Amino acid sequence: MSDVLNLVLFSGTADKLHAAATLAAGAAAMERPVNILVQYWALDAFRTERIEGNLGLSWDATADGTNRPVGGTKSINWLESLRMAKELGDVKILACTGSMDVLGIERSELDPIIDAEGGIATFLMAAEDGQIVFI
Amino acid sequence: MATTAELETLTADKIIDARGTACPGPLLEAKKGMTTVALGSTIEIWSTDPGTKTDISAWSAKVGHDFLGVLEADGYDRVFVIRRK
Repeated sequence: MSDVLNLVLFSGTADKLHAAATLAAGAAAMERPVNILVQYWALDAFRTERIEGNLGLSWDATADGTNRPVGGTKSINWLESLRMAKELGDVKILACTGSMDVLGIERSELDPIIDAEGGIATFLMAAEDGQIVFI
Repeated sequence: MATTAELETLTADKIIDARGTACPGPLLEAKKGMTTVALGSTIEIWSTDPGTKTDISAWSAKVGHDFLGVLEADGYDRVFVIRRK
């Protein structure tokens, strides 16, 4: 199986983006290529005007018994982890053009951490035969 | 791997203080710091994250550095690695 770690970011909340950024950063440190497709609510979170803001928590966080405080430490800074991943390794971030169309998001609205825009075939070609993780 | 006694007498070429950062912070700091020392140099990573010692060991094995071992300090771990590539 290919060494490439493939992530599809769908959710746009800080906790899920943090989980994804941690995987990406760890893989980059381990010298594995990382291939990321950003779609739907994650893509909305990558808009320049939102990316540094409070993106809230997923529904999981409010399920019974799991709603403990989050964000009290600097470890929740998902964007910092993702930037570091790009700095350290081979990490490509692709904006899903389908989601851009559905949500009405222009390339110029997206943070420069996005490397390119592309379709699903572009992502799957880069994914080689590696596993795809959907977050 | 080195023995505890050997580690105690070792002076690292560079200390990376990653205390207070959570996973994957210390690993990323180690990866970044490793490129600032010459091949054959020893780095020492300080971390309060209990996962760091096994993470650094796994990373060293994957990337090709020599993992020397860990010393427990007051509330943190001192993790030693020799740069090999």
